[in-house]
Order: sequence, then structure tokens, then C-alpha cells
Amino acid sequence: MKQVKAVSLISGGLDSMLAAKVVLDQGVHVEGINFYTGFCVEGHTHAIRRQDQNKQKRNNALWVAEQLGIKLHIVDIIEEYKDVVINPKHGYGANLNPCLDCKVFMVNKAREWMLENGFDFIITGEVIGQRPMSQRRDTMRIVSRDSGADDVLLRPLCAKTLVPTLPERAGWVDREKLYGFNGRGRKPQIELARRFGFEDFAQPAGGCCFLTDESYARKLADLWRARGSKIYELDDIMLLKVGRHIRPQPHYKLIIAREAGETQFLMGYRKAYTHLFPVSHGGPLTLVDGQVDATDLQLAARIVARFSQGRDADQVDIALVEHGEQRVITVTPLRAEELPQEWYL
Amino acid sequence: MNEETLDVRGLLCPMPVIRTQNRVKTLAAGQRLEVVGSDPGMLSDIPAWCRINGHRLLDSRRDGGNIVVVLEVGANG
Repeated sequence: MKQVKAVSLISGGLDSMLAAKVVLDQGVHVEGINFYTGFCVEGHTHAIRRQDQNKQKRNNALWVAEQLGIKLHIVDIIEEYKDVVINPKHGYGANLNPCLDCKVFMVNKAREWMLENGFDFIITGEVIGQRPMSQRRDTMRIVSRDSGADDVLLRPLCAKTLVPTLPERAGWVDREKLYGFNGRGRKPQIELARRFGFEDFAQPAGGCCFLTDESYARKLADLWRARGSKIYELDDIMLLKVGRHIRPQPHYKLIIAREAGETQFLMGYRKAYTHLFPVSHGGPLTLVDGQVDATDLQLAARIVARFSQGRDADQVDIALVEHGEQRVITVTPLRAEELPQEWYL
Repeated sequence: MNEETLDVRGLLCPMPVIRTQNRVKTLAAGQRLEVVGSDPGMLSDIPAWCRINGHRLLDSRRDGGNIVVVLEVGANG
């Protein structure tokens, strides 16, 4: 008899881990697939900040795969994903999170992978009612339909509340051993995790995507406004995760490191950006994003001085590197009242 | 032994893992790959990726400001 094979979307969270495990335990060969959009909240992104560097550094999707004893394929979808973020057919959630389009996109990518690799069906950890946008009975139908997965998309955690899919009808999995979870509660998942003996699993409070984060979404919206169109590159969206963002004028903003870890991270971008740093006092590396003139740079230097250890000094020397050439200017640090709150993004 | 090098400096995880995965697909079993990067997350992620996918980890270390991981491609990679 042919070995049935399933590809399971693995986010690194508990639900997709449980869903894969439920099917694995029925003797199906399962491999995981994880998509990297650039917006993923990962331990390493947090670890940019020095204060966070002692936190455990692990990729949760890899950790889940290892716990389950399955292979994991990590797929870079940064470029293709832009269209999902920029033009979501079903719109955004509370912030700039295109959750429904995202799910459709990922299930479709998993479907393509399934066909290319001779697998039989797709597993997700979706639970009806768990998420307000992408995990409702009506929107889950849209995910099945618009992804093209239809009948080969199995949701083991809530399958008993749904119409039987091909894997159930064909007898590849026993529907009676699937689950009927429903609603926002986490109790059934926690109980199932306990029964499987899973400990130390990740349960990020804000989900696994920066686009659901209000502060991040505000900075992305600002970036699009400033550029006059909804475009971005990977560097842009990485830099939105780091530093204090201050926009004194519509045509430029400053990205100011908040501590040594962020300074080190921003150092990697210094060749691509005009940048400033204090030389007479300790202080942060600051990138300038936008086209600036001498007046802008004078103000930028005063802002950098404000965030340096010389903020109370009469004058601070600031190194300014533009087109690879460095010069030093001496400025008076901006006073608190000269830095309007609305400049902060 | 034929050893290739992959430079992933400046990339944050999981990109070093993805680049490693994609390069390994082009290599034959037994070939070695040295991955040089800057994200300390590589020290846990690439070994985990090797364990999951059947590759052998030969070395993982900090080398000055860099992170270096060396692996040998497994038979079923």
C-alpha cells in the first residue's frame, strides 16, 4: 500500500504543532513547510537589542519540527508576499495585517509544493473562531476555495465540525481521531499538548507577524506615505523593527539606535545611508532615510546630540557621513520642547 | 575534501538557514559547506536544521565578529 504523505504548515506555534502531530500519529508521512515573509516575529529579531541577547535564541518552527521528528522546508517568500501586503483582496485586519489573503497565499504555496513533491494533502492548525479574520467558518471556506486546495486541506483540530475532506473520505486518516475544537479559548489545545507531552512550546501573545503590531503598522504606513506609494524592500521592513523613528520633515526620517545592540545592527546599513554619530560624547548611530540638504542635516545632528550623553552639554561634536565622506559638525543639542511628540513614529 | 563557503553576513535568521538549505540542495552527499555569518542565532538554528534534515554538523563557533558553521551533506538531504 502506498505511503500517504502530507505537508503541514508549521508556524512555530502550538496549533500547527498539534495538527501535524495528530496526523503523524495516524501513520501518515508528514513534512513541515514554513514561510518567511520578512514580517515574521522571530527571537533573533528581538535579540538585536542587547538587553534581549540573553533570551533563548531558537527558531520555533525548527524547534517544532525537531520535537515532531519531521523534516522542515523553510521557504523565502519575501518578494511574492509583497503583493499580499500591498493589495490584499480581503483587506486588512486591525492594523496592516492581511490575515485572510496571507492564509490563502500560504495554503496555495503549500499546495504547489505538495504537487511538485508528490504529496497527497495539506495540514493546517486552523481552529474555527480562533482568529477574528482568517479563522472563522466563512473565511476558512474562502481559504480552501481561493487557495485551490479545496478538498485536500485538512484541519485536524476542528475537522469534526467541518465537512469531511478527501483524506478522511479516502480513509488516509480516521476522522474519529481528529478533533472538533471551536472558539477563541486555548484550553483544548493546552490539554492536547499536555497529553502529547509537549512542553516549552511557543505561544506568542501578539501572534507571529509584525503586521498585527500597532506600532509597527504605523511605521509602515508612514513609510508608504513618505514614498508616495505602497512599496518596500526587505531592508525597509527590517529597519522598521529597530530603533527610534523620528520624522522631522515629510521628506526624511531618522532611525536612531536605542542601545548598543541596535547600533551594531544599524552599522550593517551605514554604507547605504547617510548617517551620524556623536564623537565628543557617547551616543547612538543614526541613519537618515530620505534626501536631505544641509539644513536638514543640521537639525538631524541636533536631534542626535539630544539622544547622546552630551544632551545637557552646550555643544556636541557629531560625525556626519554622506556619500562615504565624513566630516564633523558642532551643534547645540535640541531641547526637549523643540522635539514635538508628533515627530515620533 | 571539497569544501564550499557560503557568506550570509548581515542576514538575520532565518535567512542564513534558508540560504544554507538552498545551497545544500545543489551539493552532493559527503560534500562540506562552511557558512560564515553574523547572526548568533545561526549557532542554534543551523545545527537544529542539520539534525532535522540528516546532515552532519562538523563545527560551530564564534570567530572574531563572525559566526562559522561547518556541515557535511547527508545521504538523504
